[in-house]
Amino acid sequence: MAALLSNSARVALRSGASATPKAAGVAGLTFARGKATLPDLSYDYGALEPSISGKIMELHHKNHHNTYVTSYNNAMEQLQEAQAKNDISAQIALKPAVNFHGGGHLNHSLFWENLAPKNAGGGEPPSGALFKAIDSTYGSLDEFQNKMNTALAGIQGSGWAWLVKDKQTGQIGIRTYANQDPVVGQFVPLLGIDAWEHAYYLQYQNRKAEYFKAIWEVINWKAVEKRFS
Amino acid sequence: MELHHQKHHQTYVNNLNAALSAHVSATQTNDVSALIGLQQKIRFNGGGHINHSLFWKNLAPPNTPGNDISSAAPTLREAIVSQWGSESAFVKAFNTLLLSLQGSGWGWLVSTGGPRGRLEIITTKDQDPIVGPDVPVFGVDMWEHAYYLQVSMKTLYLCSNTLTENDIKYLNNKAGYVDGIWNIINWAEAEKRYTAGVESLLKL
Repeated sequence: MAALLSNSARVALRSGASATPKAAGVAGLTFARGKATLPDLSYDYGALEPSISGKIMELHHKNHHNTYVTSYNNAMEQLQEAQAKNDISAQIALKPAVNFHGGGHLNHSLFWENLAPKNAGGGEPPSGALFKAIDSTYGSLDEFQNKMNTALAGIQGSGWAWLVKDKQTGQIGIRTYANQDPVVGQFVPLLGIDAWEHAYYLQYQNRKAEYFKAIWEVINWKAVEKRFS
Repeated sequence: MELHHQKHHQTYVNNLNAALSAHVSATQTNDVSALIGLQQKIRFNGGGHINHSLFWKNLAPPNTPGNDISSAAPTLREAIVSQWGSESAFVKAFNTLLLSLQGSGWGWLVSTGGPRGRLEIITTKDQDPIVGPDVPVFGVDMWEHAYYLQVSMKTLYLCSNTLTENDIKYLNNKAGYVDGIWNIINWAEAEKRYTAGVESLLKL
């Protein structure tokens, strides 16, 4: 039954996620007439199986991410109206919505690029300067993954864990963020893993440790290297 | 419901017990920094235990006596109507606040200051519980785990091959969950909490 479902879903949705990505910027963010738009994925919804099911990818991209895009555009429209009217209290009141929905859009756009099917390099370990940084900071890639998984498991509620680079020191580190708080300011996002229940629940239910373990099989380290350099 | 009760709630209970025994050891050794370090674990897991315990009791199968606000909760209903103007205005206000929650958390109807107090609709983040003098009249779990499997579980039970595009859309339909919850609110339990508080429920 599961196969039936994901197959029909994939066929129905292939038009929405073509295998040829649009030109993606640094963070993969796409805009049309000044509005944020949902970026296409560079792989099919089912291409990350068995680590992440096609059904999860489809809902996560087409429904969750799309809602952040729509809500962010709405918030920005209201913000522009408030700015035009010099309405300071309305501008301040909109801040949480901009942070949440804008953060959701940023985080997911980065996340999709963080992932790749196994036949497109998913799970292939990092090399070069990034490998050296991970090795000297954590001792080994395995140890880094353990630390990242521990951070993910420790998130109380919804949120993300990120491998980040500190702009001041150039050092890398693991940081967790609540809800959709994006990685901005002092830190540069390198690799993010979504610990919201919607990212794994359909497939793993409450066994989230299994999801955190399985996702390393489809991590696109090439994308992480690009952000690091 | 099965996963929610047996897995999620059980995990909060286990983690709370672990945190409480660590707390006892830290108390015995006067390890103040360990005691402070345990506060958040106790808050999160203790809150998860309290919130879920309250939640199970404030639900009732649809179309049962407890589910009828007029007969099961006359005092509470009167307070609701006097504050919000009508039952439907209250439901609308409650739903709007719940849907505005960012991330994981709970929506509550709270009687402020104690039983028969001023009513307030509030949300709390993650597993933060309602404590102190305020009384949680009823709570609605807004974690994704509370509603995410609704359709797929139903489908599993029916062993059907008939899931449609429409069902797939429903999986992240928070609004559908929030609307549906009103069919299973246990108003008899809510009335009891509103008029007499919940003290005995919260003891471990």
